[in-house]
Amino acid sequence: MVSTTSVRPVSAAVPAPRAETEPDPAPKAAARGLSFYYGEVQALKNIDLVVHEHRVTALIGPSGCGKSTFLRCFNRMHDLYPGNRYEGEIRLYPDDMNLLDASVDPIEVRMRLAMVFQKPNPFPKSIFENVAYGLRVRGERSRRTLADKVEQALRAAALWDEVKDRLEEPAFNLSGGQQQRLCIARALATDPEMLLFDEPTSALDPIATASIEELITELKSRVTILIVTHNMQQAARVSDYTAYMYLGELIEFGRTDELFIKPKHKQTEDYITGRFG
Amino acid sequence: MRTDAPQPPRSAELAAMRELIRRHKRADIVFGLVGLVCMMVGVVTLLVLFVDLMIDGLPRFSRDFFMNFPSRHAERAGILSAWVGTCLVMLVTMVAAVPLGVAAGIYLEEYAPKNWVTDLIEINVTNLAGVPSIVYGLLALGLFVYIFGLGQSIATAGLTLALLILPVIIVTTREAIRAIPVAIREAAYGVGATRWQVVADHVLPYSIGGIMTGVIIGLARAIGETAPLITVGALTFIAFLPPSPLRSEAPYVSFEWLLSPFTVLPIQMFNWVSRPDEKFLLNAAATGIVIIVATLAMNALAIWLRYRLRKRIKW
Repeated sequence: MVSTTSVRPVSAAVPAPRAETEPDPAPKAAARGLSFYYGEVQALKNIDLVVHEHRVTALIGPSGCGKSTFLRCFNRMHDLYPGNRYEGEIRLYPDDMNLLDASVDPIEVRMRLAMVFQKPNPFPKSIFENVAYGLRVRGERSRRTLADKVEQALRAAALWDEVKDRLEEPAFNLSGGQQQRLCIARALATDPEMLLFDEPTSALDPIATASIEELITELKSRVTILIVTHNMQQAARVSDYTAYMYLGELIEFGRTDELFIKPKHKQTEDYITGRFG
Repeated sequence: MRTDAPQPPRSAELAAMRELIRRHKRADIVFGLVGLVCMMVGVVTLLVLFVDLMIDGLPRFSRDFFMNFPSRHAERAGILSAWVGTCLVMLVTMVAAVPLGVAAGIYLEEYAPKNWVTDLIEINVTNLAGVPSIVYGLLALGLFVYIFGLGQSIATAGLTLALLILPVIIVTTREAIRAIPVAIREAAYGVGATRWQVVADHVLPYSIGGIMTGVIIGLARAIGETAPLITVGALTFIAFLPPSPLRSEAPYVSFEWLLSPFTVLPIQMFNWVSRPDEKFLLNAAATGIVIIVATLAMNALAIWLRYRLRKRIKW
């Protein structure tokens, strides 16, 4: 974890490192009374949570607690399947719009809040085309713009040096960790406002996991990050804020260092100390 | 809640994005409409055909229609010998094709060494599914009727149709088996199971839904086949039933029916369609309904089976 006494240059784009006294940054998104139903089954119960700008917010909790369901609300992934229903809202700032409102196009939401999935899911195309796809979907045709943005995204995803000489090779030739970084590059290529990670390292080995975690820490100066993880050490390592969920409810939410050192709820304590879950 | 200055609104950028989405969504709408029309062309045409058949044929439905033999008088003619024939021929087809097809599929997928010979066999099996049915009829005429001396019998017809649907069963069996994740096979091998134990305890039970589906779809195809049965010599006018398979004295069962001459529903229908008297056309329509309903029922059974058996298995 970042030491609370370390000093970093402060600029408008790169927020200051957090300190005990540092105020919370502006909210990027906020769930307000969010409930979610798979048909008759209520998967999320009245959740209120603020995602702060340029910070990493981790969602932890035992399997089936609704953390992935919650994450998938943010880019309206649930709209793809019939019978799903939201209640409440997720407000996105600074526009202050409700992402879940019927008048909001889920396509727009997905353009602005990109997702990285549990298993690396590159397309069976070349490395270049994988990263360029989001731009193509937005109608970008210029070869030069595509090449520039693909390079930027691959650099941001710390993959450029490994693939710059083989951009035309199939993405499946990459290792698992590289594939996941490729997926992150694909998500980054279109400059999203938020990145949603759904257990991005659960299919990866420890070394690949370390590289993804490092990447997440680097990326937070660019985007706001919401990450689901079943690995508490990972939450402690990468996140600034942590939310503990259980059975569809948000039990506790707070700064990661506070939540892990002195949780307010017995349930949270039991989970993070490994007595439960 | 907000502590630092709000970012400058990106309203122009957002408006451009929304316009782009709106433009791209036009393709969604266009394809949605084109797709709907394409689907309607298929569905409506079939529906009109079926309704037309119902209007002509339904009035002929009665107990007599099912319990009478064919007759020179259209209103007295029935399909007793045809539906009994169809049932018996299907029975022979099933008994012959299912074990052969399933075993061949399992062998090819689980046992056969992967080399160019099996590749060649695989390609040919797949191609056999596309051979016109009349060619099977010709083959069966030479093999079953003349060489085996089975004559123009239920056995010949059943075996002919079995040959016809064998490739379908083999291919669907293999596909069903291939859908089982490698991890499950490895789990079984991992505790020391032999190949046969893996097949019997895991591969077959997990793929049985898919296999049954293939079998039923194959049989549904066979039930409507006409051409190969004409080739092997199905009769078009049969006013008797095959000898009963059950006897009152020992050995109580008889296989005489296998060698009996036969007719089946599509041939009966074909025969009636070719009559000049229009009243026979109504009989043909009614027979058509019976065949369609039988086929639909079999397909429904396949869907239900697949649903039932898949529900228990998740990976």
